[in-house]
Amino acid sequence: MKANCWQSKKKMSVETVPDPKILNSQDAIVKITTTAICGSDLHLYNGFVPSMQQGDIVGHEFMGEVVETGKSVSKLKVGDRVVVPFPISCGKCFFCEKQMYSLCENSNPNAWLAEKMWGHSPAGIFGYSHLLGGFAGGQAEYARVPFADVGPLKIENGFTDEQVLFLSDIYPTGYMAAEACDIKPGDTIAVWGCGPVGQFAIKSAFLLGAERVIAIDKIPERLRMARELSGAITLNFDEVDVLESLKELTGGRGPDACIDAVGMEAYGHGPVYAYDRAKQAMMLETDRPIALREAILACRNGGVVSIAGVYGGFVDKMPFGSLMNRSLTIKTGQTHVHRYMKPLLDRVERGEIDPSFVITHRLKLEDAPHGYDMFNNKENECIKVVLKP
Amino acid sequence: MATQWETHPGARTMGPLPVVGRSTLTANGKTNRQANTATTDLLINSLGWFSIGLGLAEVLAPRKVAKITGARKHTGLIRAFGVREIISGVGILTNRRAAGWVWSRVGGDMLDLASLGAAMTRSGRNRSKTLLSAAAVAGVTVLDIRAAQQVSAQKEEHDALDRLEASVIVNQSPEECYTFWRHLENLPRFMSYLESVRDMGNGRSHWVALAPGNLKLEWDAEITEDKPGQTIAWRSLQGSEVTTTGSVEFQKAAGNRGTIVRVQMSFAARGQALARLAKLAGKHPEQMVYKDLRRFKQVMETGEVITTEGQPAGRTSGATWLDSIAR
Ligand SMILES: NC(=O)c1ccc[n+]([C@@H]2O[C@H](COP(=O)([O-])OP(=O)(O)OC[C@H]3O[C@@H](n4cnc5c(N)ncnc54)[C@H](O)[C@@H]3O)[C@@H](O)[C@H]2O)c1
Ligand SMILES: [Zn+2]
Ligand SMILES: [Zn+2]
Repeated sequence: MKANCWQSKKKMSVETVPDPKILNSQDAIVKITTTAICGSDLHLYNGFVPSMQQGDIVGHEFMGEVVETGKSVSKLKVGDRVVVPFPISCGKCFFCEKQMYSLCENSNPNAWLAEKMWGHSPAGIFGYSHLLGGFAGGQAEYARVPFADVGPLKIENGFTDEQVLFLSDIYPTGYMAAEACDIKPGDTIAVWGCGPVGQFAIKSAFLLGAERVIAIDKIPERLRMARELSGAITLNFDEVDVLESLKELTGGRGPDACIDAVGMEAYGHGPVYAYDRAKQAMMLETDRPIALREAILACRNGGVVSIAGVYGGFVDKMPFGSLMNRSLTIKTGQTHVHRYMKPLLDRVERGEIDPSFVITHRLKLEDAPHGYDMFNNKENECIKVVLKP
Repeated sequence: MATQWETHPGARTMGPLPVVGRSTLTANGKTNRQANTATTDLLINSLGWFSIGLGLAEVLAPRKVAKITGARKHTGLIRAFGVREIISGVGILTNRRAAGWVWSRVGGDMLDLASLGAAMTRSGRNRSKTLLSAAAVAGVTVLDIRAAQQVSAQKEEHDALDRLEASVIVNQSPEECYTFWRHLENLPRFMSYLESVRDMGNGRSHWVALAPGNLKLEWDAEITEDKPGQTIAWRSLQGSEVTTTGSVEFQKAAGNRGTIVRVQMSFAARGQALARLAKLAGKHPEQMVYKDLRRFKQVMETGEVITTEGQPAGRTSGATWLDSIAR
């Protein structure tokens, strides 16, 4: 089959590789009909995620048709149409029982390695480094899906792939980030980053009852999307001082909750940005927490800072005093996608949201490397790329 | 410090067994681990003196330091940093368990960098100087981090090879865990190096292990303790090429959260079997039992051990990145 493989920093290539096989009795093989490139994949692309190996098949947002099932699979049948959640979860452990699926204790074969880096290991993730299990990903024609009875969501109505694909990641991710804000009527929520995750966080914040959402980015078409498709107030951080503007918009108090939908590769200005870039380049910090610092400082006293953006290692100059002295709450995590798939599909069915709104580019799987390049450079007004095998 | 696989009673008469595991024998008879320790010590010592030197300069000549680093207005701060440097330098040099102290240096560097960062945002003219000194401090930080890492790694290496211990919490009752384990023929399902265990009755069993390269090791064992739902212990019989003991304890976890499983094992071998045992244990024998226990948990909770072996990748060599660091 054809699969998009990580070669080295800033280099992906579509290779012909063997078809995946059933390796565990609870596996299914899915013939992929649509897959996508995620902002998280850019962190792999730009070389910020350790433990990638040349040839690793990437991709964790995919859906398709079940073509084979292992002997212990009982809920899925050949021919079923499914969306696959990006974390791999056993459904039986302490965390799965608590519906904290991205913390599954049994799905990362390399857990001991993650424990060395992070103290404890989270769940395995498709196509997302050996630290997170080394599973072959879904930017391919076929994928092997472990614990097939636990993860994949059957799609039995007439929705198009594009309408349901993002149940695999970014729609639940934006939703979980907004849910973490514990939104009350009248609340103002600020969202850093208007990429696909930010867009879903903005929409979800409104769905969950926010009165105002303030969206922050510097890319005009992304700000426009937030404004025109979701009704957010937008701030361009290239043009205004974000902290000042947020104060002004909230009478000095600050937003009730702040969502970081940017992650470890944030942009910024001036010496602080230079400082973070330099330290990152010298491996003195692994992540540039520019948006996160700002989100903490901006948040109102006693508010919530909800972090959807991915961080990998160590960050510097965290305003921890601000966090502590002002009773802020931090909520974060890889999304517990399984928990949200069904209820969020229901919202699609009820017509509350059509997740395909973020798609700007449709490419063939063969063109994945071009898709990465374009999405990474935010060229051609690219916001979300879907790939067709 | 070199740990030896010397639990076999007969081994003593033959003098110490060669060291296996992570610390391999080098030509001059010194182990790699000893060599590593020496480098780490050197690194730590120089860091200690660097700290004191920098600290003294900061305390005695804060203005000069401020001028050199381009942070003119912050002499008070710099003096405070100096005191901290001296404390951590003395700590590093005098404390035999240096890990904590070296990490305090890392913390100190972050403080320096933070305030340099603050200086950077304010003083426009001195920016290039500040950047320079940021780079210098950053350089020291690299050393700090390396030292701290090495010290942490070293700590781990103290794990005795003849007393491999691990524990894990399993979402099943002690009885279920016990029953599965007591059926010794189940062990190869999660002890990756075992090819088979055959129950020969009367509490005796025959074990076959496979080291990389298809090297076989065999031994007979007997159960020495067996408390249903609580503990099992076993040991190899006299005359086996491998001398091994093991025990597992199943303790009901607090709050009805399943079972805490604790395992302890040791291995020793003589003569020809030793090389095969060393292969079997790999570079991280201390990890071997722990990884097996994680697999035990997977089998108990999900019914099987999850694997990625045999999945496709766009590379010609079958080896994964993990193989390169794990074996
Ligand atoms: N928690 C999860 O489970 C999960 C799931 C999916 C994605 N993510 C993460 O969410 C983040 C966003 O993903 P995406 O797909 O939207 O990626 P993206 O790269 O398209 O979006 C990031 C956006 O942040 C903007 N940005 C950069 N610096 C900023 C700053 N200082 N202030 C405000 N905006 C800034 C960029 O211009 C860009 O539009 C990534 O870190 C990704 O890894 C997390
Ligand atoms: Zn993603
Ligand atoms: Zn689980």
